[in-house]
Amino acid sequence: MTNITLTVNGKSVSRDIPDETLLSEFLREHLRLTGTHVGCDTSQCGACVVHVDGKAAKSCTTLAVALDGAQVTTIEGLANGDLHPMQEAFTEHHGLQCGFCTPGMIMASVDIVNRYKAEGRTLTEKAIRHELEGNICRCTGYHNIVKAVESAAAKM
Amino acid sequence: MSVARSLPHDAAALHVTGTARYVDDIPAPAGCLHLAFGLSNIAHGTLTALDLSAVRATPGVVAVFGPDDLSPMPDCSPSAHDEPLLGGPAISYLGQPIFLVVADSHLAARKAARLGQASYDEKPALLTIDAALAANSRFEDGPRIWEKGDAASAIAAAPHVVEGVMEIGGQEHFYLEGQAALALPQEGGDMVVQSSTQHPTEIQHKVADALGVPMHAVRVETRRMGGGFGGKESQGNALAIACALAARATGRPCKMRYDRDDDMVITGKRHDFSIAYRAGFDDEGRVAGVEFVQYARCGWAQDLSLPVADRAMLHADNAYELPTARIESHRLKTHTQSATAFRGFGGPQGMVGIERVMDHIAHHLGQDPLAVRRRNFYASGGDISAKKKAAGTTPYGMAVEDFELHEMVAALEGSSDYAARRAAVADWNAANPVLKKGLALTPVKFGISFTLTHLNQAGALVHVYQDGSIHLNHGGTEMGQGLFQKVAQVAASSFGVPMAAVKITATDTGKVPNTSATAASSGSDLNGMAVKVACDTIRDRIAAHLAETHQTVPRRVHFADGRVFVGDADLSFAEAARSAYEARISLSATGFYKTPKLDWDRIAGRGRPFFYFAYGAAVTEVVLDTLTGENRMLRCDILHDAGASLNPALDIGQVEGGFVQGAGWLTTEELVWDDSGRLRTHAPSTYKIPACSDRPAVFNVALWDGENSEETIYRSKAVGEPPLILGISALMALSDAVAACGAPYPALDAPATPERLLAAIDRVRA
Repeated sequence: MTNITLTVNGKSVSRDIPDETLLSEFLREHLRLTGTHVGCDTSQCGACVVHVDGKAAKSCTTLAVALDGAQVTTIEGLANGDLHPMQEAFTEHHGLQCGFCTPGMIMASVDIVNRYKAEGRTLTEKAIRHELEGNICRCTGYHNIVKAVESAAAKM
Repeated sequence: MSVARSLPHDAAALHVTGTARYVDDIPAPAGCLHLAFGLSNIAHGTLTALDLSAVRATPGVVAVFGPDDLSPMPDCSPSAHDEPLLGGPAISYLGQPIFLVVADSHLAARKAARLGQASYDEKPALLTIDAALAANSRFEDGPRIWEKGDAASAIAAAPHVVEGVMEIGGQEHFYLEGQAALALPQEGGDMVVQSSTQHPTEIQHKVADALGVPMHAVRVETRRMGGGFGGKESQGNALAIACALAARATGRPCKMRYDRDDDMVITGKRHDFSIAYRAGFDDEGRVAGVEFVQYARCGWAQDLSLPVADRAMLHADNAYELPTARIESHRLKTHTQSATAFRGFGGPQGMVGIERVMDHIAHHLGQDPLAVRRRNFYASGGDISAKKKAAGTTPYGMAVEDFELHEMVAALEGSSDYAARRAAVADWNAANPVLKKGLALTPVKFGISFTLTHLNQAGALVHVYQDGSIHLNHGGTEMGQGLFQKVAQVAASSFGVPMAAVKITATDTGKVPNTSATAASSGSDLNGMAVKVACDTIRDRIAAHLAETHQTVPRRVHFADGRVFVGDADLSFAEAARSAYEARISLSATGFYKTPKLDWDRIAGRGRPFFYFAYGAAVTEVVLDTLTGENRMLRCDILHDAGASLNPALDIGQVEGGFVQGAGWLTTEELVWDDSGRLRTHAPSTYKIPACSDRPAVFNVALWDGENSEETIYRSKAVGEPPLILGISALMALSDAVAACGAPYPALDAPATPERLLAAIDRVRA
């Protein structure tokens, strides 16, 4: 067991956890933040993406004990009162069906837009499609997801 | 009216904030236990010994059940009572559950499940269609054969004949949310089960069976699934049964979710097929007769294989009137996962067969495949109703009276600029030796109804509360397809209230009993109608009451915009509900619907199995690197028929997603079993489903502007399965690109992976 203290969605949390605890498990089981989903258990499907210190990370293969002192944002912490533009865009552009990939898809997309903006790069449709390769959606065929990200990027 | 509007998915606001709950997200009561299966390591043989002492000794393990610990052994089959929850002594596939671990955490259960020591008397396993055929290992006594006329004579008399054999691979569902169930023990031995299932009634039935209690002692609830695609029609039974048994044994809540690798190794997939064909035709490519022999690899248990194989036979014509046809179907039993329902339910495989025949005929004659396809189309429904032409009949004797593909294909041909692009592809291929392009337009005609006729029924339960808010419940389940929203739009339209007045509630066997699976694309057709019946019943009661109090007649009472207009007076819907309540009028009603006009004899292969057909067509252009087999879709144009759509945005979403899933099935999604019967592609690392970058660069999707000629809910059409079959256009476009490499017919198998494409290129260049 190891004691870790980290900030999750702006709140400081401290827990004694087994060393093998995955971040996804820590969020879901210990903090009851079940918006972070586990789809493949092997960091390929992207349903578990959260932000660690502002960058996208796949929480199903991240050890929680490695994150002592980190800032973690999950889908539940993305909205700041009103919905985040990315959340609005996924709703408006029908970028979801079963919804299971949606939290990871949104967290990954926010990270993509933030990175491109920080680096002064233009986020093209082609770039969105390339960047989202690590997030699998089995329902939508991605068309509306790409539209949603393009739309949100213009508003962020 | 709320129908025909492009409203977002009912739970969109919950999904984007991470607050929508799936089974594993439901807060479980304290003391909840977690389950995992231990799996067999051989495909066929006898379990001679099973040492579970290390499993039992693992910290956190509360209980362990082996084959000898359950008597009678519960059955998980939806059909033939041939799926014991735990294998042993007979072992039927590699990955079959043979013992069950109950532990205080998911991880502890999974770790312990690896520690079972099994000894086997291993026997040779039948893994392939050929091996099963050689051993005459099959379901049903022999092949099922349906005939229309004398195909053999027609083929013998025809000026041209093509023949061949095509392999069509299976497909993993890869619903993003794996199988999951949670059982909550109740007083008096009752059980409540939360299940990620398309078929709550079947879960209730199988859990009651396993517990030895009547169905009334089990209640199953399903709010949503994280994808289903047919993979949660029967494959959730084992988890729900295991959880219920463990919950009864321990008195504690029990939860089970398969990890992705376990899910892929344990559960069934789409049936892979081999289809042998022989077709006779004239100089214009008009078919005189076709013979198909369809071989379906069904796996170890019957599951839904008989109706799946039937549906493959029922779609062996796709959009084409076959003057004579002979369709023979073999349902082969192998030592592999029990193949199960998957979006299209065998229909897609049957349609790939006839599309292959059309492609082969066109190649043989050196004609554009689209021209050959058109010449073989059924007569237009417009021509039939104008008495200009007689309706054609399917190989099973059903008249095709609503055929729309002449008009739809003409429209798509224009909007996709087919003719100019066909010429441009030919020019490109003449100029480029390495990168070859291909173009194909393929149609879809898909029969709508369960072929087991009694399943075509649905129920609903609607309450109006005295504040005017509405509680909506029906037997359909939500797996992302937007059923709940479409049905809520129907309810809101009936009462003339805004959508916010309607509360969508979880599917619950305690509210609507004896439901059919949400399958066969039937969800909104059946449940929409049942809900409308229930809503209209309550509305009519309110109308009669208000007519009486306002000295008018019920037909002068109208419901719109959240208000009720009674003659010259108007009041809010809430005031109307309150007034009816105070007058002691029941504001609760059930609704029931059964699909009319169905009459089907599956043994004879004659009758009307379908209420109507749904149509669609797709044009796909690909580019293929002939040195590596690497390829991509450049453009796809789709025109799809959803009748008078209940929600165009949700329907277009079904079309886009269905196409990509269908194209994935036929191009990149390859399941590989090794010689021992071990599935080697059991994670997304080795099983390639389409990613964001695999989508066509240009993707134009439109709905056909028409309405269902049959009386369905607001004249809409089912849209769940048919779009998947549009993906055949990607396979045929690749075949077209390969054909540009040489004279012989490519005879491309599916999935058309780079390896298969290179092999086909070698064949045509030889």
